[in-house]
Amino acid sequence: MRTALPSSPLQRLRRELFSSPLDGLISIGLIGFLLAVAIALVKWALFQAQWAVLQANSTLFAVGRYPLEQQWRLWLLTTLLVGATGLSWGLLRGLPRLDRVDQLWPRNDRIAVAVVLALAVLAPLFLKLSLAIQLRWWLEAALLVATRWAAGRWALRIPPPARRLVPLIWPLLYFAGMVLISGGLGLIQVSPSEWGGLLLTLVESSFAILLCFPLGILLALGRRSELPLLRWSSVVYIEFIRGAPLITLLFLGQNILGFLLPGGLAPDRVWRAAWVLTFFAAAYVAEAVRAGLASLPKGQLEAARSLGLPLPQALIHVVLPQALRVALPATVGQFISLLQDTTLLSLIGLLDLLGTARTVMANPAFLGRNAEVYLVLALLFWCGCAALGLGSRALETRLNPTANPAR
Amino acid sequence: MPPSSVSAVTPWWRNRRLIPGIVQAAVGLVVLVVVAFLVGNLVRNLTAAGLLLSWSWLGNPAGFDVSETLLPFDASLPYWRALLAGLVNTLRVVLLGLVGATLFGTAVGMASFSSNGLLKRLARIYVELIRNIPLLLQLVFWYFVVFLALPNGTSAIQLPGLVLAKSGLYLAWFSDLWHLQWQGPHLDGGVWHAPLRLTVEFGALLTGLVVYTAAFIAEVVRGGVASVPKGQWEAANSLGFNPLQTLQRIVLPQALRVIVPGLNSQYISLAKNSSLAVACGYADLYSVAETTLNQTGRAVEVVLVLLGSYLVIDLVISALMNGLNRMVQLKER
Repeated sequence: MRTALPSSPLQRLRRELFSSPLDGLISIGLIGFLLAVAIALVKWALFQAQWAVLQANSTLFAVGRYPLEQQWRLWLLTTLLVGATGLSWGLLRGLPRLDRVDQLWPRNDRIAVAVVLALAVLAPLFLKLSLAIQLRWWLEAALLVATRWAAGRWALRIPPPARRLVPLIWPLLYFAGMVLISGGLGLIQVSPSEWGGLLLTLVESSFAILLCFPLGILLALGRRSELPLLRWSSVVYIEFIRGAPLITLLFLGQNILGFLLPGGLAPDRVWRAAWVLTFFAAAYVAEAVRAGLASLPKGQLEAARSLGLPLPQALIHVVLPQALRVALPATVGQFISLLQDTTLLSLIGLLDLLGTARTVMANPAFLGRNAEVYLVLALLFWCGCAALGLGSRALETRLNPTANPAR
Repeated sequence: MPPSSVSAVTPWWRNRRLIPGIVQAAVGLVVLVVVAFLVGNLVRNLTAAGLLLSWSWLGNPAGFDVSETLLPFDASLPYWRALLAGLVNTLRVVLLGLVGATLFGTAVGMASFSSNGLLKRLARIYVELIRNIPLLLQLVFWYFVVFLALPNGTSAIQLPGLVLAKSGLYLAWFSDLWHLQWQGPHLDGGVWHAPLRLTVEFGALLTGLVVYTAAFIAEVVRGGVASVPKGQWEAANSLGFNPLQTLQRIVLPQALRVIVPGLNSQYISLAKNSSLAVACGYADLYSVAETTLNQTGRAVEVVLVLLGSYLVIDLVISALMNGLNRMVQLKER
């Protein structure tokens, strides 16, 4: 028999925190501890911390030593990305879907817009950016909200064939972005050794994430293949990579790759690290995908094959869509660790976010300002990883066949 | 219908017996060509650089110092002793880290089942906070922000049996194991002395690894305990078991079947993550190997030593955990 639980806030508080004497004691201790921590943190942030280390080096943390006169390319790229995000976001909400009550501005979206606007106003103020750059941040934020609004408003007016082309802008944008960042096609080359900070972290992690996924799927299929040679080469590769710490593999990439390839063919240090990250993450993604494949009843493949589908088609149309859905949380988990693993680049002398922080700290003017820098970096990484995790969970519910049955 | 006519109507590219053979041969060829290409280049380039595989340099004097070794070591000893000292340092932090992370992680994992709402939420927040911040960032944070900021001398943080100072962590220990003489840290002329002293580098690395791994172990423990049906708790309760007995006799034996495989992979990641010690200045195997490479230029041999050592550590952990797994699995007749 269950008694009805009290539900006024005060009663709930009492039930959760003070249901027994021991609970009460624990609660009081914890509340005291949390208050002490919070007070110390606020005191430190307001009176002791010196944020000049971030204000003076904001460009270094954002793009590294990217040449000043070429930075317009990064602004252009940001603008394109912002526009594409607004467009895709608006279309996602504006087009009717069976599984959702049509609502142009759900609560989450309103919160997201509020956060973006608040960040666009507060972050430049906090970093004491010049007015010209502040203005650019405001414009970017305004562009995001405007495209989001316009795309949501007029989504239905766009003819369906054009709508289907919209997702294609993302791969196009990726290549355009690579050209804009590194140069070529008439733009001046900017060598990877001049990239740094957030730019380098994003380039390395996005490159590795995009490539390790297909590679991981192939490895997982290879590991479950019936052909012994294919199976054993996949197993050896996966277990070799998973048995070694990433830092030793990066070390291998920096010191031995030059010996393994004929002279001049080895990519430079930045791309070497990107390839090592890719091959490293592929082994872990392969294990995630393998678990997804293993969760699928064998009858799925057999049924597809007996319907006359050739093996590649059976895999692409029947097996993989189901297996990847199961493997999604674990795969995104690997992407999150990959994003975190980019910090290891600082140990092999690359200037990613952490590497930049370490060089900045070596400057006598900013000696001992570790706490400020590391806390802001931690916040940045936390937001990035948490956002990936949230996205993964949203995609999971969206793809869950039982949560939104086709009507 | 004679069998020959079947193969006559089936084109060769759909032959169920031929295709796997062809695919296998192609895969084998590609693997062989790639390996031969890489090894060929390696041998050619190493010969050109005069660095062909050789192990005799391991006997040369190292010429650099390795801090806080368990085995006696000085710069005149050979390279292999330096690498061994690094390996022992790695093993030391891994062993202590495993114990610490297991205890702390289990506590956090169990806290998420607490009847206290605040404790429960705090456990969740801890896990979500720690898992989304890179380990390396946490390690440099512990080292530079926490441990290097410790006060020295009389203002050092003094706890019963433990003193935290910038010059090291001082622990109480038996100064004489035979007569069970217990000795705590004491200040002597502005310098702390204690039977057991750990460096701040070791302290930062150990703290970072324990705090990070504990968040993952907490999730493993939580998942394991949650996998035991609620009816088991209720049944034990109605049989008159108290909560502690229920946990010990009913729930844990069942939860361990789920927990042990999860722990295995977390232990292996802890062992591999210990290679980030170089970020807080602790002389583990990787950091000694890096110095060795810088001095000798023997890249291939050093990488082989590194990969081999970590592989052996992983295999040993796996073997032990698989043994444990066999012990906790359901015995069926």
